[in-house]
Amino acid sequence: MESFVSSLVFWVFATGLVAFSVLTVAGRSPVSSAMSLVATMIFVGGILITLQAYFLGMMQVMVYAGAVMVLFLFIIMLLNLDQESVRKKAWVKALSGVALCGGLFWILLGGLGLGQSRPLPPVPQGSDIRDLGRLLFTEYLLPFELTAVLLLVAIVGVILLCHQVRDRAAKKGGA
Amino acid sequence: MIPTLDHYLVLSALVFCIGLAGVVMRRSLIVIYMSLELMLTASIIALAAFSRFNQSLDGQVLVFFIITVAAAEVAVGLAIIVALFRQRKTSHTDEIAWLKF
Repeated sequence: MESFVSSLVFWVFATGLVAFSVLTVAGRSPVSSAMSLVATMIFVGGILITLQAYFLGMMQVMVYAGAVMVLFLFIIMLLNLDQESVRKKAWVKALSGVALCGGLFWILLGGLGLGQSRPLPPVPQGSDIRDLGRLLFTEYLLPFELTAVLLLVAIVGVILLCHQVRDRAAKKGGA
Repeated sequence: MIPTLDHYLVLSALVFCIGLAGVVMRRSLIVIYMSLELMLTASIIALAAFSRFNQSLDGQVLVFFIITVAAAEVAVGLAIIVALFRQRKTSHTDEIAWLKF
């Protein structure tokens, strides 16, 4: 019974994930794409939770569905983006794109070595967020600290990128 | 059917290919960027599944780093898009082709 419920949960999340990722890619307006991406990220969080990576599932939902998507929507509204124009010979290009990605999917399936019946082992006792934190602050301490540097660099870079125009305007206004 | 490693890997490959389709076929920079996020997310699923399969938390730590780096990447990428839009008043890849030989 329990395994039935867990497999049902997996299939529901997997179907939703694929459906909403298709909607993200195929959506006509950027806003609908962004909203589909929010749903996708929530479903990915669910998939991570079916893998019993609870902390990562919550992180995924909070970071992506929370912070990143707000940033995306903010930019869409700031730039006032509208729908893409339909290009010429759209069918040919869409078909070649789908064929390319279908081919890659085929290659990936070949490389995965499917059909070997690899069941997921049960999670060992005591494998939880505490162990993840311990690993993060001992074995992976240096990458973890470098992440802080990376975030700082990102902040400085964003400010630099977005303030150029305003600086020039301010100088012009002062002179 | 109880999901095995294969299910997660196929799901990850499928989402990755959908994301790639978006990158190849769409022309709005913002939507291309969203598709890139989709591809990153597919890799997250595969890593978490392998982490569970090998009963080791190393994969989960890697996922943690991917999420962090992706957040920073989104911030910088969107800033670049905004800067580009200010300069050229467009975010369509068809109109951004000055480097084309």
